[in-house]
Amino acid sequence: MAGTSDLDVAYVARLARINLTQDEAKTFQKQLDDVLKYVEKLRRLDVTGVEAAAHALPVFNVLREDAPRDWFTGEQALSNAPRQANGLFVVPKVVE
Amino acid sequence: MIGNELIALSVADLQSLLRRREVSAREVIDALRERIEAVDGDIGAYLSLDIEAAIKEAEHANIDLPLGGVPIAIKDIINVMGQPCTCGSKILNGYRAPYDATTVQKLRAAGAIPFGKTNLDEFAMGSSTENSALKSTRNPWDLSRVPGGSSGGSAAAVAADEAFGALGSDTGGSIRQPAALCGVVGLKPSYGRVSRFGLVAFASSLDQIGPVTKTVRDAALVISAIAGHDLQDSTSLNEPIRDYVANLENDLQGVRLGVPKEYLIEGIDPQVRTAIDAAVKQLSSLGAEIVEVSLPSTEYAVAVYYIIATAEASANLARFDGVRYGFRAENPKDVLDLYGRTREEGFGPEVKRRIILGTYVLSSGYYDAYYLHAQKVRELIRRDFASAFEKVDALISPTSPVAAFKLDERVADPLQMYLADIFTIAANLAGICGISIPCGFAEVDGHRLPIGLQLLGKPLDEVRILQIAHAYEQSTNWHKARPPIAPDVAKA
Repeated sequence: MAGTSDLDVAYVARLARINLTQDEAKTFQKQLDDVLKYVEKLRRLDVTGVEAAAHALPVFNVLREDAPRDWFTGEQALSNAPRQANGLFVVPKVVE
Repeated sequence: MIGNELIALSVADLQSLLRRREVSAREVIDALRERIEAVDGDIGAYLSLDIEAAIKEAEHANIDLPLGGVPIAIKDIINVMGQPCTCGSKILNGYRAPYDATTVQKLRAAGAIPFGKTNLDEFAMGSSTENSALKSTRNPWDLSRVPGGSSGGSAAAVAADEAFGALGSDTGGSIRQPAALCGVVGLKPSYGRVSRFGLVAFASSLDQIGPVTKTVRDAALVISAIAGHDLQDSTSLNEPIRDYVANLENDLQGVRLGVPKEYLIEGIDPQVRTAIDAAVKQLSSLGAEIVEVSLPSTEYAVAVYYIIATAEASANLARFDGVRYGFRAENPKDVLDLYGRTREEGFGPEVKRRIILGTYVLSSGYYDAYYLHAQKVRELIRRDFASAFEKVDALISPTSPVAAFKLDERVADPLQMYLADIFTIAANLAGICGISIPCGFAEVDGHRLPIGLQLLGKPLDEVRILQIAHAYEQSTNWHKARPPIAPDVAKA
């Protein structure tokens, strides 16, 4: 479903693992084409030689001591699982 | 003191009362509960309340701590142990937080009582709270209008005296814009000032947690409690915390304030423009020197934001896959069906749009043209602020170009909704701090609608914008005005 931009909503939605109805894909195509048209204004700016931004006060190579500490128990980690068994998250079969 | 007088108090005044033992922390919770029962049916600020837990904490509250016995509402995207954390989404249906966010731990350590989870646009994506999948929140000044967003529940709760103060989160204006539209104070700290650990991530390089309060002093009290370095957030800054409260009373002699000429654009509501002009005059009469400055990249901020924020969101929201927590689609036939249908049924339209846009701008062949290019323009925006701050101590602008708009007015056109954040977004891109304070009213259809004044400050210079905001607030009466839904006693 081609719009006015290169974006193919139905294809990218599959990459993002979101099923869409045809109606949704059509609505989003139009809305996101508008957004992409709006952001075209950025192309007017020459950014040759400009470094991509970090932050106002950038910090680098943040490390902390690699020390064991108490965190969730297995039971706590599983406490919100939609399906679980034997201390594991249960999902549909992934390998044949 | 009767309940209606009690709930209208600021955090600072409530504390004095608690410390004089004129009211107990338990009585405060009871008064708040009654108030919420009375008005939240109309406002819709809260998604969940755990009165029992709050009463238990109130009974053991240490009143002598900095926020001892003070209930604080929490935006429902910040984890509070044992409570739901819906993010305004169906995809977190049934989730209960197994831990406290660092900000919640810090509030507790300061004696505060986390009380209730407030409504928001789904995953904080929106400017009106209408993207909440769970309920709609209305503006206490006019129930036919939006409270702003995404922290609309926090702002509406504080404005309607359903909370003494609240935490919100701000990715592109989500604390400041709803604070402006609801007539309260909202502070976005500098990036890295407050830990994001336990805040469900939307755009990790832009998100910050901050307070929504009735007064500037209260904002200073709350940020004093939540600011600081955290080993659990590698982007939090290991810089000393300044005394936000003690410095409030400094006067404005010698303070230089910049008015960015690019911010006085067409499209600003004339009543907003008039209120901002008057506020600039008022600040000048208080001793501040007013200087015109230029932020030439301003017109690109919204475009940069919607590339960077959606890119980060597409990565952050990949974790919602129906496996480890929350909602899962029924009877998936295989794992791709599980992902695809869980995310189809669990996410609302704005979240889907942003994930799709973010996936696209990061995809092979488009990354350089969109994402990398936007990051470079972001650097130009950051430089604009750095050079402006060589000349001035803080910048002044409207928080929002318009007062509260009608429910449903902008829902069909995402781009129009995005433009609501035109004055707030650049601060997140540059990592600087900002505050919105009440500065007047627009009269629309017989309703008074609050207008917000935004002050932007240098990185880690929250002290300065709080001081300027406090001086302005104390010289005006805007913060004393109460919405029609406020109890009679507070109108006097």
